[in-house]
Amino acid sequence: MHAKVHVFLKPGVLDVAGKAVENALHGLGWPDVVGVRVGRTIEFDVAQDDPAAAEAEVRMMCEKLLANTVIESYQVEVS
Amino acid sequence: MKAAVIVFPGSNCDRDCKVAIERSTGASVDMVWHGETTLPSGLDLIVLPGGFSYGDYLRCGAMAALSPVMTDVKAAAARGVAVVGICNGFQILCEAGLLPGALLRNEHLKYVCKPVDLKVVNSQNRFTSGYGTRREVTMTVGNGEGNFFADAETLARLEGEGQVVFRYLDNPNGSTADIAGLINAKGNILGLMPHPDRAFEAELGSTDGAILFQSALASA
Repeated sequence: MHAKVHVFLKPGVLDVAGKAVENALHGLGWPDVVGVRVGRTIEFDVAQDDPAAAEAEVRMMCEKLLANTVIESYQVEVS
Repeated sequence: MKAAVIVFPGSNCDRDCKVAIERSTGASVDMVWHGETTLPSGLDLIVLPGGFSYGDYLRCGAMAALSPVMTDVKAAAARGVAVVGICNGFQILCEAGLLPGALLRNEHLKYVCKPVDLKVVNSQNRFTSGYGTRREVTMTVGNGEGNFFADAETLARLEGEGQVVFRYLDNPNGSTADIAGLINAKGNILGLMPHPDRAFEAELGSTDGAILFQSALASA
């Protein structure tokens, strides 16, 4: 199965890169843009045919490496 | 007295740490490649140096925290051996779960490189006992992601247990509660963003870093 992991800073954690991008968008003429968050997407294939099992495995990968759950939250998509 | 400096791919203060420890304490210092699975025997101090281990891929310190040598570093730490993580080393200690919290991008998105004055909040530990009654020391910071973060509960525990060791007098990066350095609950692991390895001779502007290495080894 193919996995996509989206990692973002948690809502309470200041995302300074997001703030900088937001300011830049304001400067380009989109003054109404709010709440910009900058995250990262990691995608890969796993040798698992069962979606539930694949998701469980990818979640373990997130806990151990792909996200730092002290500051980041993650979303997993498998297809 | 014997110390080891762990060398990760991308470490750039490893030599500085070796020279700083040798000159300030007279200890012999082994350089240990991150791919080693065992540390030299009889170590009194392990230092994780500053730099950009693994090019800061994924997150600062995240890949280094999983290096082969870290299994033995964790085992040594569990036995009570003194461990100091400086700058990137501090990030690695947090990523490895040896210290609480995490280091975020600096509040103003700027890399900060300058001498900073620090308040010694706790001098009743093996790393800062050498400062005696002094409450202010000077070291140099050089970081882009030195903004310490911990959730409210963790922060209350750190403060309550006296685990905050250094605070910035003039916070350069947005660190929560001005935290510049902290120890684990057991008191044998120190992580700090300022560089004692850049403050060990008068020519460098400060000798306060030398006192930190001397304290760490004197208590071994």
